[in-house]
Amino acid sequence: MHEMTLAINIVKIACKTANQNGADKINSIEVEVGKLAGVLEDSLAFCFEAARNNSIAKDAQLKILTIPGKAHCIACDDSFDTDTFFTLCPECDGIAIDIIQGKDLRIKSINVD
Amino acid sequence: MCDTCGCGNPDEHATIQKPNEPKHKHEHHAHQHNHSHKIDVQTDVLAENNLLAERNRGYFDGKEIIALNLVSSPGSGKTTLLEKTIVAIKPNIDIAVIEGDQQTMRDAERIDKTGVPVVQVNTGTGCHLDAHMIQHAIEELDLKNQSILFIENVGNLVCPALFDLGEAMKIVIISVTEGEDKPQKYPHMFDASDICIINKIDLLPYVDFDVEKCKQYALEVNYQLKFFELSAKTGDGLDAWITWLKQQQKS
Repeated sequence: MHEMTLAINIVKIACKTANQNGADKINSIEVEVGKLAGVLEDSLAFCFEAARNNSIAKDAQLKILTIPGKAHCIACDDSFDTDTFFTLCPECDGIAIDIIQGKDLRIKSINVD
Repeated sequence: MCDTCGCGNPDEHATIQKPNEPKHKHEHHAHQHNHSHKIDVQTDVLAENNLLAERNRGYFDGKEIIALNLVSSPGSGKTTLLEKTIVAIKPNIDIAVIEGDQQTMRDAERIDKTGVPVVQVNTGTGCHLDAHMIQHAIEELDLKNQSILFIENVGNLVCPALFDLGEAMKIVIISVTEGEDKPQKYPHMFDASDICIINKIDLLPYVDFDVEKCKQYALEVNYQLKFFELSAKTGDGLDAWITWLKQQQKS
């Protein structure tokens, strides 16, 4: 259940940023979660509700922006969308695939008062 | 400093006043606080862990220590593999071990019998080790230069994939009593690993585990994976693994 750790981190980073910017209330937190980040969005949202308590983010809404997965084939240089780690290259059936997008797990912005 | 917003406005207790003028009140707040605004953050959710992991990595690099993070499901044979590995390379290379489990000192006690320094990290209900725990564990270990540090992670094929500990590489262990399709069921761990050890090969005659299929599945997730097939119990295949380890740490 690493989503709890992640939710606590999200609240911590958001509160720190809000404090540094002189805000005393966080309305919403935008988080980018890649399709291949190993994070269950529902679970993260559930944990966030517990993690935000007793902080200036206690009423904050968590907005999850899903980042699609993208891969690059070493053999034929093709780039393509993927939601899994084990796709063969659709162009050449190559197995040597590098994931180039979709492992993101980043706080994009916060909205504060 | 302004207590409301932390801005650089004059301290509320300081009063700036000319003769015959009313007291200046600190109430202007040129930047409004009571309307919503957006702040760009762009910070990795695991930034703090990653920073500590890099600190650990720097420490390991400075002392030329090879840190290996062993990850697997519970019961794949990590501790037995470690016991056999330690006995085989101890005469040539200094070794230390960090054992991760939710509860008990059992694994650390087993490693302790091999005579190498070991520290147990109990995560309580935590499902993975993180870089902060490793930072504290290495403070207890007095690691030797040019040694190998084995970090046996909590048995869990999901969460430890996300947490960098500062290791040189992750080594994923799968045993033949598990399904051969595990690399595709739990792809994150196989994607994050550099080495895959297929353990308990002595049991192959008794189980429906197709080694080649398992390797194919794993390679489809991570085409750069390097494999070792062995039985920690009987010692079959252990030589190749030991030879590889010694090459990593040429002391």
